[in-house]
Amino acid sequence: MQYRTLAASTAAVIAATTLLSGCGSPDGGGDEPAASGPASLTYWAWAPGLDKVADIWNKGPGKEAGITVTVKKQASGDDLVTKIITAAKAGKAPDLVQAEYQALPTLVSNDVLADISEEAGDAEGEFADGIWQQATLGSDALYALPQDSGPLMFYYRQDLFEQYGLTVPTTWDEFAGTARALKEKAPDKDLTTFSSNDSGLFAGLAQQAGAKWWTTDGDKWKVAIDDPATRKVADFWGGLVKEGAIDNQPMYTPAWNKALDTGKQIAWVSAVWAPGTLTTAAPATKGKWAMAPLPQWTAGENVTGSWGGSSTAVTGDSRNKKAAATFAKWLNTDPTALAALVKESGVYPAATAAQTGGALAKAPDYFSNQPAFYTEAARIAQGTAPAAWGPNVNVAYSAFKDNFAAAAKNKADFGPALTAMQDATVADLKKQGFGVSQ
Amino acid sequence: MTRAPRGKAYGIKSAPYAFLVPATVLFLLFFALPIGYAVYLSFRRTEVEGLGLGKGAREEIWAGLANYTDALSDPELLHGALRILGYGAIVVPVMLGLALLFALLLDTDGLRVRGFSRLAIFLPYAIPGVVAALMWGFLYLPDVSPFLYLLDAAGLPQPDLLDGGPLYLSLANIAVWGGTGFNMIVIYTSLRAIPAEIFEAARLDGCSQLQIALRVKIPMVAPSLILTFFFSIIATLQVFSEPTTLKPLTNSLSTTWSPLMKVYQDAFVNNDIHAAAAQAVVIALVTLTLSFGFLKAANSRTKQGDSR
Repeated sequence: MQYRTLAASTAAVIAATTLLSGCGSPDGGGDEPAASGPASLTYWAWAPGLDKVADIWNKGPGKEAGITVTVKKQASGDDLVTKIITAAKAGKAPDLVQAEYQALPTLVSNDVLADISEEAGDAEGEFADGIWQQATLGSDALYALPQDSGPLMFYYRQDLFEQYGLTVPTTWDEFAGTARALKEKAPDKDLTTFSSNDSGLFAGLAQQAGAKWWTTDGDKWKVAIDDPATRKVADFWGGLVKEGAIDNQPMYTPAWNKALDTGKQIAWVSAVWAPGTLTTAAPATKGKWAMAPLPQWTAGENVTGSWGGSSTAVTGDSRNKKAAATFAKWLNTDPTALAALVKESGVYPAATAAQTGGALAKAPDYFSNQPAFYTEAARIAQGTAPAAWGPNVNVAYSAFKDNFAAAAKNKADFGPALTAMQDATVADLKKQGFGVSQ
Repeated sequence: MTRAPRGKAYGIKSAPYAFLVPATVLFLLFFALPIGYAVYLSFRRTEVEGLGLGKGAREEIWAGLANYTDALSDPELLHGALRILGYGAIVVPVMLGLALLFALLLDTDGLRVRGFSRLAIFLPYAIPGVVAALMWGFLYLPDVSPFLYLLDAAGLPQPDLLDGGPLYLSLANIAVWGGTGFNMIVIYTSLRAIPAEIFEAARLDGCSQLQIALRVKIPMVAPSLILTFFFSIIATLQVFSEPTTLKPLTNSLSTTWSPLMKVYQDAFVNNDIHAAAAQAVVIALVTLTLSFGFLKAANSRTKQGDSR
């Protein structure tokens, strides 16, 4: 999640190009001997350092249980979903996969994931309801164990806010006011930018406003991307771009890094993993940033959305489903594993108990000026609105990128772009044959 | 390999086939089979029932020509084709023009730094396309671009190199920068193959260097010009990595900017390999028609020229 740098996307492009030329890699995990006795599991994941966490398992609890886990590093991103589906079609899917929450319905719909409610369903109490629901898709089944989450927050340059006499916005109205006030005082600076190149942020902002993009109605999907809540969010950001109160250039570019590092942009709406991104994007301004709750639509509330977050799923191809589920449960609920995940992989654990204390007792290095960083983050995370994903999130996300990019570029209304996103999503569902209710 | 004893008729007869076996096997395995599979996929589609969750909710069925009618009636694919037409209209003439110019200059008598110049012009070709595009992306982006910095320092307006018309020039520039060297080598090699006595004769007739270049050299390297043109058309139709690499840097490049990007988007992001296969077949057919059509036209002209 937090590794959405240009380099990572380039790596993904390179990986994808290799994929294009030679589909179906031979490193699937279907060759183990059948279940009984010691099990050896393969795990496709992209989070860095996961192999080290798996080593702790292999040397400790895994050794006792006779279950060895081998992590095979993947490039994160949309094409991993396709890779897993393709591998599953060939009956060669790995035992375990790291999957973003919004990819779960797609994977379930392609019959890739196993229902592990029997093996790991008792872990429900360890997670916040909104997160757990994303792993069950609101059904009795359990398709994955939540690993990390990305509650949205507001990051700002403390020193520059002081310099320009700005107050930290607590509502979106105040946010717009802050953006305008900054433009008046320093016309060449921007509070932030509206970026069209990461649909996840927009999805999170819509969740905060109460949007539920995909819901089921009997045996039909209901798509509500162009609903009043999302429209409110789209109009808000579109308005700011149109009047020139904020920038309209994409994030994660060298220019964006520089803007953050030199104070040309002085705030960023981002998730709990932002310290990692800021460390590489804006190294010179370490210690000058601060984190506050996301501005609210109604003053005094504590609601936020999620940007990113992933889970550990067991595939239907696995010959050792039980062993795989045992490992997945250990990885995402055991205190030793969670501490290692925080330390080695830098994730913000989804398990509620691990969100304070332990490895998260101390603020991230970049935010050493805000010692209560994670206490505050845990309080914000409690207000995480549930997310509702459907079987073609990728299609909606591509439609977002293309339509909102054009709207942001032309400083046009975002309304038509949102309608286009809704239409593209519904049209794709219908084309595939899904039941769609209007 | 078969070791047929000499003199036995069947041995000699079967020898050519035995020599053909490795190539045929490789061709079938790594060329015909994947293409056949892609064509097969393009006639199929997945059909989902209801919510599409759970086992057996998704099955693959015959789609007939549906994927093809979708591909041909998709405005985005057509727009992508038009966009790369504009891009190719810049890339091909500029790149081949420069390649020919450099080749002719290198072939001039009395040039001192021939080896070094040749290497310097060829070097960009050795740099992977993605790396080159990334590097150029840095140079194009406002705030980090040295060009725009200089323009700013000189008080000149700074064009947005990643939007509108300049975007085409920026993309074309990457291709020209990377491709000129390769094409130059092809043309230069065929220049070196021209017998020296022809130049001597021309010089005795009083030709200047310029006249030799225009009247003798260019007509004699026409076949390699045709070949490089042929390669360039194919490369243009298949442009993918440059726009894909620049896409995250700007709002102006969509995920389906070029036809191949659309194929990639459908296959690897939207997970619709059937639609992607049909589009890929269409693009392949168009590429084949265009490039071989051009080759045929060029060949018939050369033949006419010969018989004259």
